[in-house]
Amino acid sequence: MRNQVDISSAEISEILEEVMDPEIPVLSVNDLGIVRDISVKDKAVQVTITPTYMGCPAMDMIAATIKMTLLSHGFTDVSIRQVLSPAWTTDWISEKGKQKLLEYGIAPPNSKPQFCNTEFFTANEAVQCPHCSSWNTKRISEFGATACKALYQCADCKEPFDYFKCH
Amino acid sequence: MIGEEEMNSTGKTFLTDYLLHLADDALILGHRNSEWCGHGPILEQDIALTNISLDLIGQARSLYQYAANILNESHPARNVSEDTLAYLRDNREFKNCLLVEMPNGDWAHTILRQFFFSTYQFFLYEKLVGSVNDTIAAISAKAIKEVTYHLRWSGEWVIRLGDGTDESKERLLKAFDMLWPFTGELFHMVEYEIVAADLGIGADLNLLRSKWDEKLKIVFQEAGILSIIENKIKPGSNWMQSGGKIGKHSEHLGFILAELQFMQRAYPNSEW
Ligand SMILES: [Zn+2]
Repeated sequence: MRNQVDISSAEISEILEEVMDPEIPVLSVNDLGIVRDISVKDKAVQVTITPTYMGCPAMDMIAATIKMTLLSHGFTDVSIRQVLSPAWTTDWISEKGKQKLLEYGIAPPNSKPQFCNTEFFTANEAVQCPHCSSWNTKRISEFGATACKALYQCADCKEPFDYFKCH
Repeated sequence: MIGEEEMNSTGKTFLTDYLLHLADDALILGHRNSEWCGHGPILEQDIALTNISLDLIGQARSLYQYAANILNESHPARNVSEDTLAYLRDNREFKNCLLVEMPNGDWAHTILRQFFFSTYQFFLYEKLVGSVNDTIAAISAKAIKEVTYHLRWSGEWVIRLGDGTDESKERLLKAFDMLWPFTGELFHMVEYEIVAADLGIGADLNLLRSKWDEKLKIVFQEAGILSIIENKIKPGSNWMQSGGKIGKHSEHLGFILAELQFMQRAYPNSEW
């Protein structure tokens, strides 16, 4: 985990607030919980990130953006390391991040996933509509516009919305 | 890591062969599913299938990257990468099962192929999460979360088709007759798999078979077709095709590679 006593790494963490997920541009990489480590040795900065989904096309772009952002802040020796383990989970999205998702119109992941098993035709996970807060919603598809989202519709306000599915 | 030491000490390539086999399965099925992009029966299912493609290609990337690292350690001059492994190997070097290279056919074919494979992959990764090889364990721990969705989605569709109209049932049964002979290879262990399993790196596929059978029966029962196909799924009641895992492919793989590899073959080293 992040080295809290090292002021430089805290500074870098602050800068990473500027780096947004290109697919959900209200979430920073910190909110998303994909920054696993920041190390500073002399002037060399290494940021360790982990992918959300393995095929997530945003990962390469995020890695490049982190590097560019740090370079533009005057760091000259910047490297990005990607690790797979431990596997990312939606539990790592910060509370602030969940709030931002909601305001953006995406239902944030439920804190207790009810749903990650191989049983067929299980009851839809109860998801609250991000527009009108109704619980009277139904799943349209488990697969949405990006790998991390499922498609829902609200039966009260009739609006479709994305749900950041449990992972 | 045990896997790498073992390979270096014996000079055997079983580990990279094993990784390429896992990666090729994922890449080729991912490519097949991607052929549906823009052609799905309804938008949501088109998106579902392309999402599954993306997951599979993501798994393939991680496995190719790891294989490339190992290959470069022993021969740095070869400069292998995930891209050279996907785009510059020939037909006979691919180690995917025959099942994943079968043509898409109709929706029932594609769904049933996915269901057979996802069920297999789910139980495989469940085992590989405990691999003594840390990288394989890490990749599997990530992949199994995705495969859980694939298994549920494809299983629900098998049930829907079998329990749907006369036509959907007939198409599902047709797909079954076509694809069943290619399922035996999933569990038929070749040399690199046996070595990997013996070392605790890979999985003993014989132990997965009964779980796979069990899941299939549940789904076929729900789909209302178990009584029709019961005799066909008894072990030994059907001639099984194999060869893909050791590079002996059907004619279909050549056409897949012609499309998949065209850009890199025509314009070497081209980039986005
Ligand atoms: Zn609503």
